[in-house]
Amino acid sequence: MASRNTIVAHVEDRPGVLARVASLFRRRGFNIESLTVGHCEEPGLSRMTIVVDGDDHQVDQVCRQLFKLIDVVSVQDITYTPMVDRELALIKVSASNFNRREVLDVVEVFRADVVDVHAEALIIQVLGDEGKVDAAVKMFEQFGILEMVRTGRVAMRRGTETTKPPAISDSQQAAAAIRAMLGRRPEGVLPFASD
Amino acid sequence: MRLTGARILMECLRAEGVEVFFGYPGGVVLPLYNTLGEYPDIKHVLVRHEQAAAHAADGYARVAGRTGVCLATSGPGATNLVTGITTAYMDSVPMVVLTGNVARDLIGRDGFQEADITGITLPITKHNYLLMRASEIAPAVKEAFHIASTGRKGPVLVDIPKDVFIEEAEWDGYPQGVSLRGYPIMDVPREEEVDKAAEIINAARKPIIIAGHGVVQSEAQHELVEFAERSDTPVLTTLLGISGMPEDHELSYGFLGMHGHFYANMAADRADVVIGIGMRFDDRAMGRFSDFNPTAKIVHIDIDPAEIGKNFKTHAPVNGDVKETLSRLLPQVELNRHPEWRAEIDQIMDQHPTDYVEEGTELSGPWLIQALAEATQGESTIVTGVGQHQMWAAQYYPYTKQRQWVTSGGLGTMGYEVPAAMGAQFAQDEPIWSICGDGGFQMTSQELQTVADHNLPVRFAIFNNGFLGMVRQWQELFYEHNYHSVDLGQPDFVKLAEAYGIKGVRATTRAEAMQLFRDLESYDGPVVIDFQLEREENVWPMVPAGAALSETIESAEDL
Ligand SMILES: Cc1ncc(C[n+]2csc(CCOP(=O)(O)OP(=O)(O)O)c2C)c(N)n1
Ligand SMILES: [Mg+2]
Repeated sequence: MASRNTIVAHVEDRPGVLARVASLFRRRGFNIESLTVGHCEEPGLSRMTIVVDGDDHQVDQVCRQLFKLIDVVSVQDITYTPMVDRELALIKVSASNFNRREVLDVVEVFRADVVDVHAEALIIQVLGDEGKVDAAVKMFEQFGILEMVRTGRVAMRRGTETTKPPAISDSQQAAAAIRAMLGRRPEGVLPFASD
Repeated sequence: MRLTGARILMECLRAEGVEVFFGYPGGVVLPLYNTLGEYPDIKHVLVRHEQAAAHAADGYARVAGRTGVCLATSGPGATNLVTGITTAYMDSVPMVVLTGNVARDLIGRDGFQEADITGITLPITKHNYLLMRASEIAPAVKEAFHIASTGRKGPVLVDIPKDVFIEEAEWDGYPQGVSLRGYPIMDVPREEEVDKAAEIINAARKPIIIAGHGVVQSEAQHELVEFAERSDTPVLTTLLGISGMPEDHELSYGFLGMHGHFYANMAADRADVVIGIGMRFDDRAMGRFSDFNPTAKIVHIDIDPAEIGKNFKTHAPVNGDVKETLSRLLPQVELNRHPEWRAEIDQIMDQHPTDYVEEGTELSGPWLIQALAEATQGESTIVTGVGQHQMWAAQYYPYTKQRQWVTSGGLGTMGYEVPAAMGAQFAQDEPIWSICGDGGFQMTSQELQTVADHNLPVRFAIFNNGFLGMVRQWQELFYEHNYHSVDLGQPDFVKLAEAYGIKGVRATTRAEAMQLFRDLESYDGPVVIDFQLEREENVWPMVPAGAALSETIESAEDL
């Protein structure tokens, strides 16, 4: 069963890193739903949140192949760990004197924000997990969506656990830490690949 | 001390102990060639086509067990390397590929002879670099050699713009180490993984080992033999694993796969435990995945964690270097005996030997390899092209020493045989035998001039069947004998050799061939031998494309 999976990767902040990751996904035919990249707490590293479609075996391959890229410092599949995930949407909804009130009601329900006002349109910012953004979009459709943009998902593990790469200079320990990260889901038995 | 980028690069190569590299000049690498005279200890071999530079570096690396180095200019020079880089990538061969590029301010502007070679080689290199400052050269080259030669080995490309070769930077010696956070060395396996593997191995009744290229690359023949003997496990190799297991050993049962030995394929199919060592369960070796021995438990030892579980469900994954892992596994492996299982395979072997040598005087592929084996006492290093001759060389030559067998397995690159043998000859004095297809030979025969320049004692044995034999075989068997574009016109190979100032000889009968082998013993220059083979001989046995190993056939009647 294909399902949506959330992977967090830390990569060296170098030119071409995104191309390497993209090239890998394209070549191996991995199905990327979204990829969001930005700075993180450690200078010199970028943090990617990657949403992929696929079964356990495919996700396992994504993680392992990703980690083979030299510029990828850590990869962790957090699909089954408690996490917070968010995405942001900017939705330009057509709104005139006729229906602006109704639109604003929906805005309120979703605890969204109006970030631009025009006589004929509003830009609404929705923040939430994918489900909430989906629901909001659906509601705004009735007024007519002129334009929309959604960021991909960003995600973070709950509690004190992090996805931060091991800050270890000892290669042996680093290998152990990485193996622990890579080995989480497929530990032991892996599912069959299809031909 | 301040040095130019060009000198820094050469200092790096010297520090790495590079003794030979293969290259071809052009505009943007002229600043580098301008310094070569100052580094006479680093031999530059001028090839005749950049593809050959890459294959030569690859052949050298496989035989020497060191990182091969090649060099090309920007644009067409760099793109000509692509086939050679991919060949090395598919077979995990350690290589550092150096390319020049246009000056920094021209990059991205489609300047003359600009090619985005780092972009082009993203999917075919283990890693690559585009260096924008001379000060980056030393650390990048250090990393490149480190990455190429550790873990799962592979080619690393370093692209250097022309003006970076000219720019000066501080040189205070070659960097001592590298700091690559995203590249930990994973040589040592986890204890629990080794334990689990040992448990399955000790409980096996019909175990089989499939040894791959990783055994050769890790130079773990000794450990492999010890492990096999202790556990009394028959050993098969993959095509690239050949020479990892001494074939004169009683536990050696040849190689498996599309043209592997019948008994090897059956043994793999009937085993209750399959122990893959330094291999990747590739489709050419395993046949149709869904029908490969569904009840076998799989133990998989490999340096690359992404290979484990990629194609098959793995019961005991062990991520680690082959030599390192085997030496940790050995103490846990119980002394075992499997007489019934051995007898079962021996019986298949007796009934289905790989012996397709026909009586007669005509030259047949299998006969020729056997005769060569006899003439060379099975001691020669063999390099091949791709096709029927490659399969015969794999099936009939008795390999015993690691690195004795060099072939393009993953990519299957025709034309590899000439330049790879040439490069390999720089790694050893004893003559290399290059088993060539008449098709493959014609793809890269321009390198005969390079061979002549350096008076390399390579024996180019052209298995001349006048056909793209392997393709012809498929057209015969699977396309109703409809031959198209396989009947290959060719030059007079003897005259061709002579045109290059190389000894050229021809043999059309078995007697002539035997005489020739004797004559060559006392000849230490390059030779091209036109062995005129029976034209329509087929390679047997065979697993038809898409079939399972259990469906191995031994003649066209089985189809
Ligand atoms: C560069 C390249 N092009 C095409 C092929 C497909 N191919 C595989 S074997 C073969 C025939 C090889 O002919 P030859 O070199 O004469 O060897 P033979 O099979 O006759 O021994 C071909 C065309 C290939 N492997 N490599
Ligand atoms: Mg041929």
